[in-house]
Amino acid sequence: MDLSLNDDQKMLKDSVDRFVREQYPFETRRKIAATNEGWSKANWAKFAELGWLGIPFGEDEGGLGWGMVELSVVMESFGQGLVLEPYLATVVLGGGIIARAGSAAQKQAILLGLVEGKVQLATAYFEQQARYNLADVKTSAKREGAGFVISGQKGVVFNGPSADHFIVAARTSGGQRDAKGITLFLVDAKAKGITRRDYPTQDALRASEIAFDNVAVGAVAVIGKLDDGLSVLEEAIDRATVAICAEAVGCMDALNAATHEYLKTRTQFGVPIGKFQVLQHRMVDMFTAAQEARSMVLMATLKIDDADATVRRKAASACKVQIGKSGRIVGQGAVQLHGGMGVTDELSVSHYFKRLTMIDSVFGNQQHHLTRYGLLMAA
Amino acid sequence: MDLNFNEDDLKFRDEVVAFVKAELPDGVADKMKHGKHLGKDDIMAWQQALGRKGWLVNSWPKKQGGPGWTATQKYIFDNVTAEMNAPGIVPFGTKMVGPVIYTFGNDEQKQRFLPGIRESKVWWCQGYSEPGSGSDLASLKTRAVREGDHYIVNGSKTWTTLAQYADWIFCLVRTDSKGKPQEGISFLLIDMKSPGVTVQPIIMADGGHEVNSVFFTDVKVPAENLIGKEGEGWTYAKFLLANERSGIAAVPHSKKGVQALKRIAMSEQQDGKPLLQDPSFRDKVADLEVQLQALEFTELRILSAEAGGGAPGPEVSFLKIRGSEIQQRITELVTEAVGYYANPYLPGLLWQGSNEEPVGPAYAHTAAPRYFNTRKTSIYGGSNEIQKNIIAKMVLGL
Repeated sequence: MDLSLNDDQKMLKDSVDRFVREQYPFETRRKIAATNEGWSKANWAKFAELGWLGIPFGEDEGGLGWGMVELSVVMESFGQGLVLEPYLATVVLGGGIIARAGSAAQKQAILLGLVEGKVQLATAYFEQQARYNLADVKTSAKREGAGFVISGQKGVVFNGPSADHFIVAARTSGGQRDAKGITLFLVDAKAKGITRRDYPTQDALRASEIAFDNVAVGAVAVIGKLDDGLSVLEEAIDRATVAICAEAVGCMDALNAATHEYLKTRTQFGVPIGKFQVLQHRMVDMFTAAQEARSMVLMATLKIDDADATVRRKAASACKVQIGKSGRIVGQGAVQLHGGMGVTDELSVSHYFKRLTMIDSVFGNQQHHLTRYGLLMAA
Repeated sequence: MDLNFNEDDLKFRDEVVAFVKAELPDGVADKMKHGKHLGKDDIMAWQQALGRKGWLVNSWPKKQGGPGWTATQKYIFDNVTAEMNAPGIVPFGTKMVGPVIYTFGNDEQKQRFLPGIRESKVWWCQGYSEPGSGSDLASLKTRAVREGDHYIVNGSKTWTTLAQYADWIFCLVRTDSKGKPQEGISFLLIDMKSPGVTVQPIIMADGGHEVNSVFFTDVKVPAENLIGKEGEGWTYAKFLLANERSGIAAVPHSKKGVQALKRIAMSEQQDGKPLLQDPSFRDKVADLEVQLQALEFTELRILSAEAGGGAPGPEVSFLKIRGSEIQQRITELVTEAVGYYANPYLPGLLWQGSNEEPVGPAYAHTAAPRYFNTRKTSIYGGSNEIQKNIIAKMVLGL
């Protein structure tokens, strides 16, 4: 067993950490968040140049052929800086689906450009009635001639406004909540019949509500096997779950560092407030919660490629449960220990807290994953 | 002992219902119902109606112009008005400075300031916290120096809620730096229109503007605006803080919040069934409702003891602790209930009263902002850590 990063991974970590430290101070992030796109094209070009956009893709696809460990390294550092660029949506989730299940032509068309920083992706899987059940899909894709016609509504599609292509989960057969009968489609974002409502999120990302009204696609738009898209989507979301959990660990470390510093410098009653035992203990709980979160991300990162799908699913769910729990302890604790300053927009503390809160709501919250883990455990 | 309302109470209940129906503007009730931001006019319209009826300063004694309600009547009023989507009464005049003025002020001050509070013609704000003085309030540095028949005030206050609307501010100021920090503090009333007073917004985590910094630069304040004796301000401040802590339990507000949570959890679907039927979520809501009942009956016990002659003691601190925790838990569970739709941030809809369509269900966009904002409840009015210190020291003698 070896739980340490190898030399290449250490170099990657150093380089992402340096980028965050030097290029992503909080006031810069605030400026990027206020732009129309909500992320920086110059930063994205830099990610391409440094090879970060190609981490999980094979060398044939222009990538580095790395895996979950390296993605977790990048995401954790991004979490430290609350990086807004749509790495999770494009590289981890969208790119992950194409790399796992895409045809040679799809890989050629999407991944080469993605790695170069020219292609953005968004995955449209969530529907309002579905909550966290990925199989609950009303959006339909009906055969028409050689292709399909897609109709339905998708919600909270992260990176929707900037995506060049959508990966859309649509029902090609079966009932609304059947596991079988869901197909993934690669759809041009500018295709006729698509309307978007774009908005910022609580944590300054961008997302869209997307309506598909008889959007015609060819048979070549099918990603993977017809009717068999759920397993691909679920696996990709499990991987994205680990990635977002790694980001959360970065957020927690940043919050704990800021809070630790504040306890040592904020003076009340003539002493630094860190001298008060009740605050020390709360800080210790936050420290412990972050340690547990880091451990569970490590566990899930190392189990996510297990050939046994149950092992993978349990790992992703256990990790998300821990992140939900730890994120709340650290986020709420950091706000409380900063007092009034913690609930202001001015300090970065509230922005990390908001991101941690929203991370819990994405890809299934703590409760969803606890239930999922329990069902797998008892099966 | 009897848990039921008697005939007079029921009659009073009907009277309150009829009053709210007649006097609460529809627009205000609608904003409250949908969690929209209220403007100064909205709040003033409702409070002035209450003032005309003599119900605004309902915790004041009769001889100060209060209605002389029993604890039960107060309970009925608070619950009925919250239930019918009336805004809560802004406490700065009614519950804070008003009682200080009629308890410690002179006759001239009572005549001058109390009518404006009773009728809600004057908006007050609270000048207590300073950037360097939060939990350690007595360390405050804003100075008032006596020059002839005036004080000259210099310094700054922070977290001043709704100072952007205020006509007057009541301030704790330092008139003496010698001795213990508590000993040199005085209680001064300052006209917000005085030259040298500036208000700067503080934007909160949810994007809203409810608190401010207030700066004082050589502000000339007539000495007649001093309450009580110079250097005795800390006594008045503590008197005021005890009043602040009692209403802070916010039980009627939380009851309304739990109702809304249940409605949302009935509307949210999971595998074609309401989320509230998911045993794990239902247990959380049930647990919260049990906590709220414990708080409500604790508050009722304390209020009825008070009505029987007992004064509220430092134990009101635990009402603040539990009240704030319950408010926070409600917002946490609403955020959990709305799932993905906690994400969209719609400032136009939240703050500017725009008519844009919400994203997802109409109740969803306020969930996360409220959750973020409600973190303040365990910080303001004396942080919960400070409240626990008070109980440990004053109640338990530790």
